[in-house]
Amino acid sequence: MPSDRRIGFALLAPAMLWVLAFFVVPFAAMVALSFARMQGRTVEHGFFLDNYAKFLGDPAYFRGLTVSLEIASTVTVVSVLLAYPLAWIIAMRVPTRWQRLALLMAVLPFWTSYVVRSYSWALVLGQNGVINKALMAVGLTGAPLEIAATRTATVIGFTHFFVMLLTLTVYANLRQLPPNYARAAADLGAGPVRVFWHVILPLTLPGIITGAFLTFVLCIGDYVTPQILGGNNELTLPQIIMLQLGRQGNFPMASALSVILMGTITLAYAASARWLRLDRV
Amino acid sequence: MKVFAPIYAAVLYGFIFLPVAILVLFSFQGGRLPVPPFNGPSLKWYEAVLGDSDLMAALGHSFLVAVVSSAAALVLGFLAAVALARYRLPGSALMRGVLIAPLTTSYLIIALGLLGMWNSLGLTVSLWATGIGHVVINLPLCFAIVYAAMGDHQRNAERAARDLGAGEMQVLWHITAPMLAPSLLAAFFLSVTFSWDEFIIAYLLTRFDVTLPVEIWSLLKSGLNPKTNAIGSLVFLVSVVMVVTLELAVFRRTRR
Amino acid sequence: MTAGVEIRDVTKTYGTAVALGGINLTIGAGEYIVLLGPSGCGKTTLLSILGGFLAPTAGTVLIGGQDQTHVPPKDRPTTTVFQDYALFPHMTLRDNVAFGLRMRNVDRATRAAKADTMLAIVGLEGASTRRPHELSGGQRQRVALARALAVEPEVLLLDEPLGALDLKLRRQMQDELKAIQRRVGTTFVHVTHDQEEAMAIADRIVVMNAGRIEQAATPRRIYTAPASLFVAGFMGEVNVIPLTQGMTPLGPIMAGHGTVVLRPENIGPAGPIPLGRARVIDAAYFGGYLRAHLTPVSDPGRILIAHLPQGMDLVAGTEIELFAQDPILLEGA
Repeated sequence: MPSDRRIGFALLAPAMLWVLAFFVVPFAAMVALSFARMQGRTVEHGFFLDNYAKFLGDPAYFRGLTVSLEIASTVTVVSVLLAYPLAWIIAMRVPTRWQRLALLMAVLPFWTSYVVRSYSWALVLGQNGVINKALMAVGLTGAPLEIAATRTATVIGFTHFFVMLLTLTVYANLRQLPPNYARAAADLGAGPVRVFWHVILPLTLPGIITGAFLTFVLCIGDYVTPQILGGNNELTLPQIIMLQLGRQGNFPMASALSVILMGTITLAYAASARWLRLDRV
Repeated sequence: MKVFAPIYAAVLYGFIFLPVAILVLFSFQGGRLPVPPFNGPSLKWYEAVLGDSDLMAALGHSFLVAVVSSAAALVLGFLAAVALARYRLPGSALMRGVLIAPLTTSYLIIALGLLGMWNSLGLTVSLWATGIGHVVINLPLCFAIVYAAMGDHQRNAERAARDLGAGEMQVLWHITAPMLAPSLLAAFFLSVTFSWDEFIIAYLLTRFDVTLPVEIWSLLKSGLNPKTNAIGSLVFLVSVVMVVTLELAVFRRTRR
Repeated sequence: MTAGVEIRDVTKTYGTAVALGGINLTIGAGEYIVLLGPSGCGKTTLLSILGGFLAPTAGTVLIGGQDQTHVPPKDRPTTTVFQDYALFPHMTLRDNVAFGLRMRNVDRATRAAKADTMLAIVGLEGASTRRPHELSGGQRQRVALARALAVEPEVLLLDEPLGALDLKLRRQMQDELKAIQRRVGTTFVHVTHDQEEAMAIADRIVVMNAGRIEQAATPRRIYTAPASLFVAGFMGEVNVIPLTQGMTPLGPIMAGHGTVVLRPENIGPAGPIPLGRARVIDAAYFGGYLRAHLTPVSDPGRILIAHLPQGMDLVAGTEIELFAQDPILLEGA
């Protein structure tokens, strides 16, 4: 009915306009700006490929992408491998009435402030931090280990956050499994390993992929964690973007790097789109 | 497996709680550095936090931005979910994709886009700009949560309400929204958490009046400082109280 | 409040699929009409068109003489009792029943009083402050009925209202529905696929099949004088015997040409029309009668179903003499 359709559009319009005005249009403008270039301290608009050429030609920029990719991939894989067994234990081993509490406990540090969470890891991993003090006290090491201000620290900080996120999503997935599937498979003669491999894992795969995708996206675009924990030896793409913006005031280059970041995320999306259930996060 | 599971769980819970435990412990540090040895307990860093007017102002700003932007995101997301779940609109798959898109983008990119827009329009960055950015990131979330919760059960009740004489707005207000109350509350609460905790958009889009994460960030520049531990612990405490309250109030009720 | 309904040449098509093909039906004010038919026959489509949830492809719907064909549900003098009741789970029973009055801007005290009265009529007095999830299926059904009647519609539409109830409760609710309709006087249009339910409550049954009306008549006429083989078969078990110039394979049952329909209860060990000898295939005890399958000696390829008196000794293989009464003639069928 046409009048119905008008009401539908009227309800949709505010949200659509908001996303168009404050997301789509700014992003399009950013793409356009990525083809501009700096002449001294002023922006020269036009269609120049200088920024992209600089990205490909200058290792200082290109390395940022590979560092980001390496960190994000490591964190994603490690987090999934750590979180899945924990979610499994909570969903299958913990008595039902304690499950919610166990889950709540597993994600409680989620609610420390995001900036503070990385800072706490700096406290733990630092030269005079708890870990080093403990290791030296028991005599495992003589001099403090250099953990803080390294890529390892960044990975640990990220993993801490995403283990919580993934435990939550995998748990939700495991709980939604109809218990009779596993029972039926077992009834038909499958051992526990084969039940897991042929039944549980395929059924939880969409949830794992969705969680892994979110991990990858949030990780690769994050500025705070590497900035606090990563030190100065290597910079991630977001850190380089922020440098362009701050010290150099090079908005076109920052835009070009952002477009590259967005492109990377889009590729990750395309790779996992088959299994993604973003509307059911 | 019988032995392995508890050990594994214990190790992982240890990993998850280690930084928080250290953070809270050294917020009671007596000395000037939040590192061993612990010499406390002392409440002096909490006094310092509560006496810091910049921090307290930032706390207020964060609260304001979180509540207002989440309310806006919830209303927009709810209406959009109703539109796409209840009306047959041409191109609805595309429009759903556009609405969800910010969810698959880095906050950094959203922040840069808005900063560029503000610069080229000659506007000054402010808490308003931050709030607008937070609506952009939370709208897809609210939309997705509400959209997923809309089922046939509600559709039939809505039909009955129309049959009994309710207009479209009355149906939304008296039937759809109340029946979705748990999802709406969950979406709102999640939005508040995300906005409250968001750093990069607030960092790039505020200048003088800043939010709490930005204020903490500038505190970090002074290096390790038990005052940061204290404010971090306070935020954690408040968040946990909110989470537990919500858990008790909402989820307990919906599980019945 | 009550009004008649006139359905004129209503059709509904989806692409090339015809859901309703040229429906004409006049319903009197205060009548209890049951739309009866198998699933997919178009009865629910027709009800949706009456309620305004669907627009017909062609044709008009008049209610109380007014053209309502394109009036939306909220502005129609009809209300619907939905199959799943569609009660509002977040409201008390009183708020549920008062909802329609609230939408009509009736003040709070008046609508609360009216809601309580309606709840009393359906046998739920004192339950006003309870919520739908506390009720049994039968009670929810009553609330749905009270809610739809509270706005005093001219026509009440009921979409398989008893479909979700178990058999015993369904029979009880049938009687109550009929009693309530008598009391309020509103025109009821009730959709079901249960012919016993239809017989029990309808003033007139409208039998539908494949998007058309097969017959619209009183339950007695539908049963005793079906207009078609479909109607005869849908209203209960039948034996269908071809009739050629007054002759059947079982002998001369009646004059005419076409088909003879015999209900199982009209075949027995005595009666005005002899059917000849038949051999018992099997028989099962049904309480009031024995339901038997028999094959006539004169036409061994045919199987007859008969309801025979309990006292008879029906061992498979024995032969008995059969008689018939009240045969139905379907000419040309």
